[in-house]
Amino acid sequence: MSGVNDFSLRIATVNGTGSASANGMLMQAIFRMGVPISGKNVFPSNIQGLPTWYEIRVNGDGHTARAPAFQLVVAMNPQTYKDDLDSVESGGWLLVDSSFPLDPRLKRDDITILGVPLARMCGKNFEGSRTRILMKNIAYVGALGALLDLDMDVVRSMLHEKFAKKKHLADANDLAIKLGYDYAKAHFDCPLPIRLQPLDKTSDQIMIDGNTAVGLGCVYAGATVAAWYPITPSTSVMDGFTKFCGRYRKTEDGKNNHIIMQAEDELSAAGMTIGAAWAGARAFTSTAGPGISLMSEFIGLAYYAEIPAVFVNVQRTGPSTGMPTRTQQGDILTCVYCSHGDTLHIALFPANPGECFTMARDMFDLAERYQTPTFLVSDLDIGMNDWMVPRFSWDDSYTVDRGKVLNKADLEEIEAYYRYLDVDGDEIPYRTIPGVHPKGAYFTRGSGHDKYGKYTEKSGPYLEVVDRLRRKVLSAKDSVPQPIIERREGARFGVVTIGGCDGAVREAAERWEAEGMPVDVMRIRAFPFPDSVEAFLREHDKNFIIEQNRDGQLYQLLLNETDITKDRIVSVRDYGGLPLSAKAVREGVSGAMA
Amino acid sequence: MTHIAKPIARHPKLAKNDLGLTYRDYEGSLSTLCAGCGHDSTTAAIVQAFWRLSVEPHRVVKLSGIGCSSKTPTYFLRDAHGFNSVHGRMPSVATGANAANGELMYIGISGDGDSLSIGLGQLCHASRRNVNLTYVLENNGVYGLTKGQFSASADVGSKAKKGAVNRAAPIDPVLLAMTLGATFVARSFSGDKAQLVPILEAALRHKGFALIDVISPCVTFNEHKGSTKSYMYTREHYRHVTEASLVPGCGELQATQKRGEATEVKLHDGSTVLLRSVADDYDPHDRASAFANLSRMQARGEVPTGILYLQESDGDMHTMSGTTDTPLVELPYADLCPGSGALDKLMDEFR
Repeated sequence: MSGVNDFSLRIATVNGTGSASANGMLMQAIFRMGVPISGKNVFPSNIQGLPTWYEIRVNGDGHTARAPAFQLVVAMNPQTYKDDLDSVESGGWLLVDSSFPLDPRLKRDDITILGVPLARMCGKNFEGSRTRILMKNIAYVGALGALLDLDMDVVRSMLHEKFAKKKHLADANDLAIKLGYDYAKAHFDCPLPIRLQPLDKTSDQIMIDGNTAVGLGCVYAGATVAAWYPITPSTSVMDGFTKFCGRYRKTEDGKNNHIIMQAEDELSAAGMTIGAAWAGARAFTSTAGPGISLMSEFIGLAYYAEIPAVFVNVQRTGPSTGMPTRTQQGDILTCVYCSHGDTLHIALFPANPGECFTMARDMFDLAERYQTPTFLVSDLDIGMNDWMVPRFSWDDSYTVDRGKVLNKADLEEIEAYYRYLDVDGDEIPYRTIPGVHPKGAYFTRGSGHDKYGKYTEKSGPYLEVVDRLRRKVLSAKDSVPQPIIERREGARFGVVTIGGCDGAVREAAERWEAEGMPVDVMRIRAFPFPDSVEAFLREHDKNFIIEQNRDGQLYQLLLNETDITKDRIVSVRDYGGLPLSAKAVREGVSGAMA
Repeated sequence: MTHIAKPIARHPKLAKNDLGLTYRDYEGSLSTLCAGCGHDSTTAAIVQAFWRLSVEPHRVVKLSGIGCSSKTPTYFLRDAHGFNSVHGRMPSVATGANAANGELMYIGISGDGDSLSIGLGQLCHASRRNVNLTYVLENNGVYGLTKGQFSASADVGSKAKKGAVNRAAPIDPVLLAMTLGATFVARSFSGDKAQLVPILEAALRHKGFALIDVISPCVTFNEHKGSTKSYMYTREHYRHVTEASLVPGCGELQATQKRGEATEVKLHDGSTVLLRSVADDYDPHDRASAFANLSRMQARGEVPTGILYLQESDGDMHTMSGTTDTPLVELPYADLCPGSGALDKLMDEFR
């Protein structure tokens, strides 16, 4: 059984009962003790009444990938009691509400069951059914406080910050915490072998979810137009953008120097984004896979008409409606090749909220520099879970890259302007902003056009444009975020991954190294692939491509867009909808080797 | 949509507007539509309206979807910024462009297929949002480019060229817009430029969404006996219920005032629309009674035309959104980025 600052717990509750705030409180308290932590919310697509789980991993070494097993389970939901009982690792503990008798047939001899009469205590001490339900959840935090040796001063100061203006709530929460804490102290041998000990490993860190980070990144990137349609798991991107715009994007007279439009559907959201980008604003939309499917016709238009629109895709489990509250990396190919006909798009793949923030900025710069739609391909795990990441910082010397835009003075000087003419031989034509100058006017169309922007149905002039478009997008390979490569002396093989698999893969690599099997790790961060991607693959006879989708989409993309052959790469997939664990990586690679 | 440049030759005595431009400066390339197409007359009316309003062409954004009607933005205002988008989705592109820069003048051209079938949702929501956009729906009851299928505006009992009879209830864009709360709803006929030009002028000056349903016959696929969108049928059944003229000017926005039989509606930019009811009891400022009157007339097979409903709106999409007066595209980045200090402070909230 693991011990100090190295354990995982899983809390089973009913959604809509306030357990999210109890679990958040527990997370924050551990974080403030300086102990590295990660949380995974495994929640239903439902408002109230269905089972939900919150998984917390405490790891003094800073590993934040999903825990493969749970030493402590808090079973607050009778509906899932059997599964929760089964989910405790042998030798572990189950904390359960003992107010009501449990099914005697459900038992395990290899674990310790800790019964706390949470409902009974809260029934006695609080009035009103809603309050009793809420406080029952706060009370288990108190019990865990005693069992795990949580710094209760930290908990109390958090409560006072949170309820500074609502004393009655502060008092109620205080009492609930105390009820749980005192009961555990009195009845159990506290603390358990698995427990916390203060560290100093989080002082330069924050806890933030990726979607909030994207919203903040878009504010910092200078986005002024946002269009969207609500969809899980991307809704909180726009919630974040809205919140930060409310704070940072007001004029002195209280007006908004931004506009956020909730569209009637994703098609419209895409059209608005494209219209605004065409008109010269930094514009973006955020959605999930089903939204990208709906937007795909428009994305082809933006590609062909060379409009710098930005698309945030927070992936969820597909196909179709799929599992909206589970994670997956199932839209890699959809994004890179989105829309009918020959298309190719710049796509960035963040691994954590820190990269969500910086890549939000990068994708606007790339979109404008290359005059093409760009994708930020995040996922539910990154987007909706709170991650411990280094504090964000901002370089005030940063200036936006608007790309090749002709201003009024430029237009005044030139003889004639043609929208799609590659004047500089760098595949990128010049763009104008509507309304700036009569010479800058041109006709934008998704129909066949020549390099002068005129309609055409002739093969030659058509080919000239579409061939340049492919070269243009591929030329972004040196400007996109480059892969992160971790090399180890005497590496036996290469491990390649993408996005939120990062933590689990690096943890697995550390374990392999400790076992005498060093490996090189490369995390790809963007398409088009930089040259270093293929070079890495060539360095190793075998490369395991680890990703979270059924069909090995990164694997396919590597085969398709590099000259690497199948004998050198092996696909390892994990796609059941939950965040990746190091265990799954290790087992996946072992299985693929066998 | 083959491009044929129009020769630029001007008669020296052509009248000039306040900018010193003749109407020929508001034309585009040669039309490639069928000879006699209603859309070409509508294009000519659009050229006239912009010329009369003395708008700088490059301050205009002209947009369209897909279809015969959507080809027409290339036929007017060659110096305006054009955007031929995807089928039925012009309203969202116009909304986005307008969101970025509300100072330009926006005109969208669509057809009955583009607007009432594939793009019905976008039409409705652009209206609800009150995007400052003149929306010209060139309505001929038929799909032209794909050779003669019924559109959603085809009347029950109307006949296709090959004899098929439409049994599905039509979607009437005017009645639809009335129910959606549109603030400017009009109908006209491509063959009645004297009526259409002032309607277009008023619509372009109106701050908000202005729908103009233009009966614009298809000479190739819907100009036969049994069609209710033919020149013949429209000439026999259409009637003016209001007559409008636009008096440009500038001044404060005022409430609607009665002056004799005509009412004056002051627009946000100070222009005045003089609106006279021709039909008995028709009040173009009362949504409910106008709706009832139009429904009755249309049930009798009549085609009521004119500005059918007008209420200068309280404000367009930008007013509703509280957007700053400076177009968003003109805001310098320095005003948009909160900077490192603000970020550092914000980070403390995530601990």
